[in-house]
Amino acid sequence: MSDETHIPTDPEVAKAAADADPPEDNRWKDAVREIFSASPWVAVGALVLAFVVGSIMIAFTDSRVQEVSAWFFQRPGDTFSALGSAIGRAYSQLFQGAVFNVAFAERGGFLEGIRPLMSTLTSATPLIAAGLGVAVSFRAGMFNIGGRGQMIFAAIAAGWLGYVWSGLPFPLLLIICVVAGVLAGALWSGLAGFLKAKTGAHEVIATIMLNYIAFYFLQWLLMTPGMLRGVKGTPISNPVPDAAFPLLFGSRYTVSWAFVVSLAAVAFCWWLLNRSSMGFAFRAIGENPRAAKVAGINVERTMVVAMMVAGALVGLAGTQQALGVLASSGFGDAVDAGIGFDAITVALLGGSQPIGVLFAGLLFGAFQAGGRAMQAGARVDISIVAVIQSVIVLFIAAPPLVRAIFRLPQPSQAALARKADAKARAKAAKALAKSGSQDGTKESA
Amino acid sequence: MRLELRGITKRFATLVANDHIDLVVEPGQIHCLLGENGAGKSTLMNCLYGLYTPDEGEILLDGEVVRFAGPGDAQAAGIGMVHQHFMLVPVFSVAENVMLGNEASKGVALDLDAARAKVREIAARFNFHVDPDAIIEDLPVGVQQRVEIIKALSRDAHVLVFDEPTAVLTPQETDELMEIMKQLRDEGAAIVFITHKLREVRAIADKITVIRRGAVVGEASPTSTDAELAAIMVGRAVELSVVKGEPQHTDTSLVVKDLTVTSATGQVLVDEVSFEVKGGEILAIAGVQGNGQTELTEALMGLETNVEGSIRLGGQELVGKSVRQVLDAGVGFIPEDRTHDGLVGTFTIAENLMLDRSDGPPFVKAGAIQIGFRDEFARQKVEEYDVRTQGIHQEVGRLSGGNAQKVIVAREMSRDLSLLLAAQPTRGVDVGSIEFIYKRIVEMRDSGCPVVVVSTELDEASQLGDRIMVMYKGGIVGVVPADTSRDVLGLMMAGIAPEDIAATQAEIAAEAAASDDAVSDAVDDAAPPGDTPSSDTATTGTDETGAAR
Repeated sequence: MSDETHIPTDPEVAKAAADADPPEDNRWKDAVREIFSASPWVAVGALVLAFVVGSIMIAFTDSRVQEVSAWFFQRPGDTFSALGSAIGRAYSQLFQGAVFNVAFAERGGFLEGIRPLMSTLTSATPLIAAGLGVAVSFRAGMFNIGGRGQMIFAAIAAGWLGYVWSGLPFPLLLIICVVAGVLAGALWSGLAGFLKAKTGAHEVIATIMLNYIAFYFLQWLLMTPGMLRGVKGTPISNPVPDAAFPLLFGSRYTVSWAFVVSLAAVAFCWWLLNRSSMGFAFRAIGENPRAAKVAGINVERTMVVAMMVAGALVGLAGTQQALGVLASSGFGDAVDAGIGFDAITVALLGGSQPIGVLFAGLLFGAFQAGGRAMQAGARVDISIVAVIQSVIVLFIAAPPLVRAIFRLPQPSQAALARKADAKARAKAAKALAKSGSQDGTKESA
Repeated sequence: MRLELRGITKRFATLVANDHIDLVVEPGQIHCLLGENGAGKSTLMNCLYGLYTPDEGEILLDGEVVRFAGPGDAQAAGIGMVHQHFMLVPVFSVAENVMLGNEASKGVALDLDAARAKVREIAARFNFHVDPDAIIEDLPVGVQQRVEIIKALSRDAHVLVFDEPTAVLTPQETDELMEIMKQLRDEGAAIVFITHKLREVRAIADKITVIRRGAVVGEASPTSTDAELAAIMVGRAVELSVVKGEPQHTDTSLVVKDLTVTSATGQVLVDEVSFEVKGGEILAIAGVQGNGQTELTEALMGLETNVEGSIRLGGQELVGKSVRQVLDAGVGFIPEDRTHDGLVGTFTIAENLMLDRSDGPPFVKAGAIQIGFRDEFARQKVEEYDVRTQGIHQEVGRLSGGNAQKVIVAREMSRDLSLLLAAQPTRGVDVGSIEFIYKRIVEMRDSGCPVVVVSTELDEASQLGDRIMVMYKGGIVGVVPADTSRDVLGLMMAGIAPEDIAATQAEIAAEAAASDDAVSDAVDDAAPPGDTPSSDTATTGTDETGAAR
């Protein structure tokens, strides 16, 4: 097939784009196209849509709205005002719970008012770290669903060492525990990478299974005396106050140095992916493993290393849980708190770019912090937050839909070109196979 | 049936693939559509065949405007297309493929007999034999193409489009195809023949229309010379022949001995191949696609796993080495599949230029990419190799075939090479870039480096090679000088050893037989028993292949 096929093949789409743009060279237009085609705008679009869907859910579940809609046809105004206040109240509570609380501020001034913001940072801390881990594996062409297992193993390592070596002086113990947790996550994830590289086992299946193994292993450890089972006899690990991340701004806020570690991880990942030879290899096997192989990159080894780096970052999140918010209470079998899965969403929303993951992590941290306030203040179930998060994923997975709704331009030709060849052939073959079925006498001369 | 295209325009976003193209194809005429890769020939034909809807313009058949919603409409209107990549179901028989999409039935059962009869009838008309019950995947490529033609004719096509039909054929098969096309023309069909091979155009065209960058740039007469045609096609004068002096042999040489490559399933892909390439010479490996050339080059690169035998480069054994070690030994590789093997489409030009040196100096120091050096290097190479781009940070996937290939050539040739391995170096590359790439390859040879060029294009092999090695079914048919005639090379590509050819020709001369079929008959006689040339060297060869089933 000749080179003509590096042209988008969807005539409808191409036609629409052609109608909108005269074919002459236009720098500004191209620039605008570039910007709008970039995934951050799709992410923002998805976010907006998710809030719209969330609003509908809030409206339908609000008891006042249900009540007044009974006489909708008599007094529709009631329904609309009820709708408005329900939605407004919910989102205002979400904001106050996540960023700035007016009531707190009236009582204790500005520093008190930003307490929600600080708890957002606390919630965001492990989300950012785990999101980075998933993003790194994405960039290397792999889908790491094993966040849960990796976090659990990291927490086990950190929690166990933090307890048995609790006599060690402060920064040393913390550092040892963090390193141990990160290594545990790396090894657990590297196992999935190793299985994929050596046997071809799909990493999605492998990581899911490793999740189960990790989860039941943790349960066993928590139930068995002499293992992680706490001295109180409950299936909760022993507290590790000596190994805890110190608070960042004193006891007023919950945010700890773990957040700073997450920020450092963002910087590290940016360097890794954009400036290091290792990251270059990750991206090469992610984009075109065959070309990477021909260029002398050891694809199997790079796969394992990429999964280990990913697991290390997710492990950091597990460590942050065990030595952060749960350090003083000890952790049970829900130590991962669903972060391993939320991390997938965070990475997706962040476009698998470290900076994007940072912002996506902060946003999801805000959802978590704000969601609790929304449930308490506006009596809106916290699962609305989960719905919003899920809808975001749904829309990001369908960028063309988002583009169509917001009339954003198509992505650059290069993006389409990659698929064009295969698509063109598939289409031609399909069309041919069908061809005779419309055996009409149409305009036959 | 007279086909007329009026002002056909097809745009893809800002790219105008076809710009107001007018074309008239008369019945009983072979109309050549000549243009470089990417000029818009296939797009135009896809518009004609209903696969694309043109943005502007109309299609007329015998003066009436027609509109096609899909290939079904086009076929019903009498347009047939022989695709470059055959649209056949490999596990179906010939008859089943011919009736596919147009199934005749007896009650609920398929009427296979009708399809069989049709296949026989059409085959008889053109004096070739195709067994209606043969399974497609068992048939040689040339015969598969005939099945495509039969399929088109079985639906009463009066306008036939051949899209680069010769790309997969041996020279002899090409000649036979041309005979068939001539016969179709004489029966009154209107034929559109798409190609970028000048020789074929001059051999068969009644009329030539040249397309460049989506627009008709002129018509040419079939009596034009290659240079004239190429100049219209590219838009400037082109140096078509490779200028090179006598090879100056050096000591660094590649010695391959008893190299065998087997697939994971145990199939022998390269069969005990031995050859030598001296420094300062180009060995061209010719052969029809799929006769072990790909596996041979991959084995040389360390990409194959089941390799036996020995590959020595300047005394160093390469078998068993990793790709990295092979690259470090100084092997430069231009892979045949550029987009899959040679480049990462989403990486920038600068990144692709360091793709196979991403593990150490000069591009990487202490694990960090030296951005300054990388960009400076890229700027320099883009300039030196004349890569037409908006900048070194442009994605390689956006470059045209020729420019993308230049990126690979620049990358490989800027390393210290002790062997250059170029597989299909000009496939899908525009004529202007071909000239440039040839020049670079010859320069590499003149610098004393052994060069291996794998090519399915006979012209390329003869022009570039100092010697030509022909491969068939994983083995070497023979190594001959570069000035060997096309006929002999063509027969070798069908698996007939050069000694046999010489003997046969001597015999023919002795008998002074005047019969047209003498050569092909004799060739069949000369072929060793049990080794029927499966790429149907001659019409009679096909007969036997078919009859054997």
